[in-house]
This record gives sequence, structure tokens and C-alpha cells, in this order.
Amino acid sequence: MTAPLVKPKKKNPVERTRLSTRPPVPRSRSAQGLTRAAAEGSFELQVCAECSTVQYPPREVCGNCLSAHLQWKPVDNRGQLIATTTLRHSNDLYFRERLPWRVGTVKMAAGPVVVAHVHEDCVADGPVRLTLKLDRSGQAVLHALPEKDTPNMSDAAQLRESTCDPKFRRVLVTDGKSAMGLAVAKAMLDAGANAVFLGDPTSWKANAAFDRLATDPRVQVVELDVTDTDSVDRLAASIGGKVEILVNTASYLRDGGILGRKDVILARDAMEVNVLGLMRLAQAFGPGMCFRAADGSNNAVAWVNILSIHAFAALPARGAWSASMAAALSAAQTLRAELSGAGVRVLNVFPGPIDEEWEQLTPPPKLAPAAIAKAIVKGLQDGIEDAYVGDIAEEIRERLRENHKAVERELGQ
Amino acid sequence: MSALSRTRLGYDGVVAVMPTTIPYVRYSTHSAHWWLGRALGELIRGAGIAKADVDGVCVSSFTLGPDTAVGLMQHLGMSPRWLDHIPMGGASGVVALRRAARAVQAGDAEVIACIAGDTNQVDSFRNTVSQFSRFAQDAVYPYGAGGPNASFALLTDYYMKHYGATREDFGKLCVAQRDNALKNPHALMKKPLTLAQYIDARPITDPIHLFDCVMPCAGAEGYLVMTEDRAKALKLPFVRIRSTIERHNAFPEDPIQFRGGWAMDKDALYEHAGAAPEDIDFLETYDDYPVINMMQFEDLGFCVKGEAATFVREHSFTIDGDFPFNTSGGQLSVGQAGAAGGYLGFVQALRQLTGSAGKTQVEDAKLGLVSGFGMINYDRGLCSGAALLERGTAA
Repeated sequence: MTAPLVKPKKKNPVERTRLSTRPPVPRSRSAQGLTRAAAEGSFELQVCAECSTVQYPPREVCGNCLSAHLQWKPVDNRGQLIATTTLRHSNDLYFRERLPWRVGTVKMAAGPVVVAHVHEDCVADGPVRLTLKLDRSGQAVLHALPEKDTPNMSDAAQLRESTCDPKFRRVLVTDGKSAMGLAVAKAMLDAGANAVFLGDPTSWKANAAFDRLATDPRVQVVELDVTDTDSVDRLAASIGGKVEILVNTASYLRDGGILGRKDVILARDAMEVNVLGLMRLAQAFGPGMCFRAADGSNNAVAWVNILSIHAFAALPARGAWSASMAAALSAAQTLRAELSGAGVRVLNVFPGPIDEEWEQLTPPPKLAPAAIAKAIVKGLQDGIEDAYVGDIAEEIRERLRENHKAVERELGQ
Repeated sequence: MSALSRTRLGYDGVVAVMPTTIPYVRYSTHSAHWWLGRALGELIRGAGIAKADVDGVCVSSFTLGPDTAVGLMQHLGMSPRWLDHIPMGGASGVVALRRAARAVQAGDAEVIACIAGDTNQVDSFRNTVSQFSRFAQDAVYPYGAGGPNASFALLTDYYMKHYGATREDFGKLCVAQRDNALKNPHALMKKPLTLAQYIDARPITDPIHLFDCVMPCAGAEGYLVMTEDRAKALKLPFVRIRSTIERHNAFPEDPIQFRGGWAMDKDALYEHAGAAPEDIDFLETYDDYPVINMMQFEDLGFCVKGEAATFVREHSFTIDGDFPFNTSGGQLSVGQAGAAGGYLGFVQALRQLTGSAGKTQVEDAKLGLVSGFGMINYDRGLCSGAALLERGTAA
């Protein structure tokens, strides 16, 4: 049985910090279908549209009937472990540093035979569940897990290489004074975070909930205004080496389209916080997180952006804000590419409308900030990189897949 | 349409000659072209023919890239009228014979040089393994990057659990092969191996331990295929081909590999040759890991499936034993020079059957069986082949 994770000791400043390495990156284009599924936490393999044969490894044509019509679909993830081995040698630097490493052959109930990372609690020749997860290269890999959950199973070292669990990690919540920031901070503490750096952009503004949370000994209030480069740099110089998960809750949301005004002040403010704020944070905190991406069991692992489903489809009633969300998504994709070299995951969260003061006039259903915070924690624990939160986000996404032009028209009404 | 049962032609009048080895080294600063070129040069000089007399070439190599056999021909200044490139790893030696023998038989070429060779630079093994195949890249290498050690560990784990083979059984084969290797000047392993050393070796990838693994190295192997008449005219000792088989991606429905393509084709092999396993004087298998030797004993008909461990316990495998086996020492003790590993057993069989095996000579060897196995594309070895070879009688 997996031993529970031990709270990491204070970092020894004399010892060299282990730099990050990555598991093998190259994949065929077909294999990236696995990545798409893993990025959202679903389990999909190619299924032949003509003969229903489930394929693995990913193919261009069906291995049974040669049909070229292969579709990615959810399939039964159960299987039987028929052979296992523990690697005590590897040709790859990343694995060499993490030996011993257990892999095995799983005969899936759905048909294929797969080679997978095998959880230490899996019994030889026993039943297993397969999951698709992203590895530290951001590429999809199969993990075989015990048929039923076992105590502390998420603490297993091999599995933790694919996840970003807040347990025993230190989290920077960039705007801790908003409803969203407060909810995220509480959720991180509940998930076992060692510390939360609670950003305060408005020290002149009293907030009782914020003050209450600040009394928790694990919470450290820090001044942070993402529109001020000096403020961001000052904080990074002070705590940059301690941030293992960064959740950017800084947000600027105002109603209004583009033609309704004679200036771009609102648009500029939205960009200043939502886009340039993200870039300032990235420039200040990104390098430090990359440096610590393989530093022990509390290595720097994840960067979370709270965006909106409207990053994909503008809401003309909030046109300037929508444009900033689309720009922030684009910046987040670049950040993902830039952090992937070190293996730091970028989790983009796409909620629908949120139940907070600046969305007062938005009709329900609206998401409670606590629900989004919960989705973030689960996303980190599962190691996904895209989370669509709430019914509205899911619905818009589905509608976009069906007919994105219809969505444009409908949101514009 | 009625099912016609066509009779396979024999290999009458076609022979293999000139077993040639370019001695292996652990690491080489040369490229594969150097090794293959030296093998071709040795073959030509040894046979006493002109370079232009070789009008067919068959090449196998993993490290020749970006060249193929085509580029190699310009590099070596050859103008063959028949050329083949066989990327079948451990099955290459047997398959090259099959291709070349038919070409000579049909008159498409007169003298075909079959050569296999690879260099081994300090990092070339990792590069070969990481880019071995698309399925390996997508679905095996990202899982610990164990290379063939990990793939064979899984097969070995399954085989041991299902058929009761033990590490001692594998060890007996490895120790016998090492004994054989000590008589082979080309073998890289020069020290004796005891069963205790085998058992106590450090684990690599459970249940694979150090002496279950081949040592990657650089080297080349080759032979010539020509008509029997030509061999006689050149006064070259020759080897006749009694029968051959090959098979690819056999038994895809097996959840894990516990048998190879030989099991599909062994009846055809013996029937075509008019021989039986009992008639064979020595066996050279492809031995990148001991478990695959066990499968070859079974699948080539020396014992039934699952009984190889018993077979091992009941026989001795040294050159002077009751079942002479991998008489060069095999890859496990000679070294694995990339694709040349797929020629090692074949070239050694030619030595045995031309009386040029030196201290490794099996007394009175007349009929030998060579088998090949290659290419772990995903979870199993895909190519298998075998050839029954017979000593050519003096003219």
C-alpha cells in the first residue's frame, strides 16, 4: 500500500537544486488524440466506425478491417494486468532520476493490449483501471490504477509525476480579496496546501472575509497589483522561489460593448489586468517556477488561469472584456508552450457566469466561486490542463462544436 | 476455383559460402558504411573474385541512416543489378538468404553479397531505441524508456509465471553460451561465467538481470550466395539450403508474446526439407534474451509448448554437449552488433557446415538449423525465420 506523503522538510539552501528533465516528447499526430482526451481528463481510444474494433496504439487505419474511419470515443477502461516489470535502468535521463519505475502490460476488456505505468498498489495479474494522464512533458500516458481506490493512492510517486496536487505545496493566489480569490485560497488550504500567499491589490479597502482568512497561520498576505510591474517584481523577488502553484485570480470584468462608448478606457483596463497582468506575472514568476520544477516532492508544478468560456465566443454585451479573455487565452497558450520545457503545467479554467459582484446583472444559473475553486483543486489533483466548469460553459462548448456561427448569432442577440 | 496446393521449389543448385565476421568492438568511431564496406571487401578478397563479379547486394543496418542500401552502393562504388535492403533486425540473416537464393536461382544475379553491420557510438543505442518505430515512440518508449530490456522483461515475466521456467534455467543457457564463447576469438566476452555470477548479477528490469542482456557493440557479418557450380569453380566450401521459412506479425490475437512465427511454419520447414528436429546436429537461435531461446526450442519442435524449461534441464548446450547450441557464444556472449546480430547465428552455422568453425567446431556437423527473430515494434517481436542448412559434399 502506498505510504502517505510526508510533509517536505525546509529546503536546504546549501544543496544544489535538481533541475527539471522531461520524459520522451515525440508522438505521432494520431497519438495526440490521447493528449486531447487526457487534457480534459477523459478516457478515449480510437474506435473503428465500421467494425467497432478499438485500436491501440493509435493508428491511421483500422488494424482489423482497414477502414480509415477511426473515431476517438470513450471506451471501457477496465483491464487485467498480465505482466509487470520494475525498471532499475533506463535510457532516459528523466526516468533514470526516478527509478525504480513500474510498468506493465494490460489486456483491456475493450480489446487492445497496452503498455502502461503501473501504480504500486496494483496486484500482479489483478484487475486494473486505466486512466489517461499528461506526463511532465505534457504528453498523454496511460496509468494503470488499482480496480478500487486504495488509501493514499494519489501519493504514489509515479502517479504524482502526472498530477499537480496542492497537498504540501505553497500556492500564490494573485488577488485574494475577490470572491473568487477567497474561495480558491480556502479550497487550497482544505486540499492540504502548506501555505497560501494571499495577494492583496487594494490594501486601502477593508474586507472582513479577507481579514478572517488572513488569521489562518498558513496564510501570508502579500501586496500584489498585477497592473504594476514593480509590485509584481517586488513580490517575485520576495517569494518567487516558494511558489509551487500559482492561481491567477486577478480579474477585471465590466459590462459594455464596443460601440457604446467614445473611448477605450474600459477595454484598456481589462487588457491591463486580464492580459498584461498575466504576462507580468509570467515574466516575474515563470523562471523561478521552472527552476524548481523538479525540486523534491513539493516541486513547482502548475500555473492556473481563470479565464471564461467567452474566451472562445465573444459575449457582445461585454465586448471589451470578451476581447481580453480571448487575448488572455492566447497568452496562456504561449505560456503553456514556454513552461512545458520545464514540465510546469498550465491549467486553463473556463467557467460560465460567476456569482460575484461584477456579474450582478447576469441572470442565473451562475457558478458559486467555491464551485470553481473546487474544480480547480480537482483539476490539479487529476493533472488535467483544460477545465470547463458549469452547465453554461459545457453547453456553449457543445454548441460551438456543432455550429460556431450559430453561437455567434445567438450570443449577439 | 479449386484450391491448388502448389509445391514450393527447392533451393537446388544455390549455395551459401564465405562466412565472414569483421571483429566486433564495444564502441566504434567509424560509421556503419565503414563496417559494411569492410565486410564486402573481406567477402570479395576471401572468395578470390573481382568487385564487379558481385552483381547483387543485400544490406541490413540500423545505423546506416540517412543512407539506405542505395546510397551505400555509391559509397562503395558498386553497380549491382540486384539490390535489397532488409530492415528485419534479428531475422535479417535468414531472410537475406531467402531473397538472395531465389534471385540467384532465377538468374537475376550471379553472386550476391549479403552483409549486415552497424556502428555503436556512445549514444547510438539510445537513439536507435528511442526512434525504433512509430508504435514504440507513441506507446512504449514514454513508459520508462527501458528499451528492449523492458519489453523482454514483460515477456519473460509472463513466460516464467505461466510455464514455470526459473532464472536457473535461463542461467544454464547463458553459462553454456559463455563456455562456447571462450572458444570463439571474435567474442567480446572473454571471462567465464558461473551460474552463481548469473544469479547474483544486478537487476536491470525485473526479472531481467545483467547477464540476460546483450551488450550493444559495433561489427559486421556477411556471406555470399552463388550457384553451386560457381562455388565449386572457386573451390569454396559451400552450404546447401534444405528449407527456409519466414513469418511476420504472427498470432496477433495473443495478448502477450509466448510464441513466435516459427510455431505457424515449423511443419512446412521440416516437410520441405524432409527432415525432423532429431536430425539436426546443432542449433543457432536468435538470443537477445534467454526467454526467446526457450520459445525457439518449443516453436521449432524440439519440445512442446511450455516444456522448454524441462528441455533445458535435460540437455547440455555446449559445443561438445548433447545439444550443441549457439556455438559462437551467441549475442549474449559475443555482443550484439546491431543488425549483424541477425546474421551471427547464420554465419556461425555456415562455419560449422564448411568446417571453418575452429575451436567452436561441432564434431561431424552435417545439418544445422538457424533461426532468426526481430523487431519489437510495439509489445512483441514481429519477424521470425529459420533455415535448415546442410554441409555441401565435396565435388
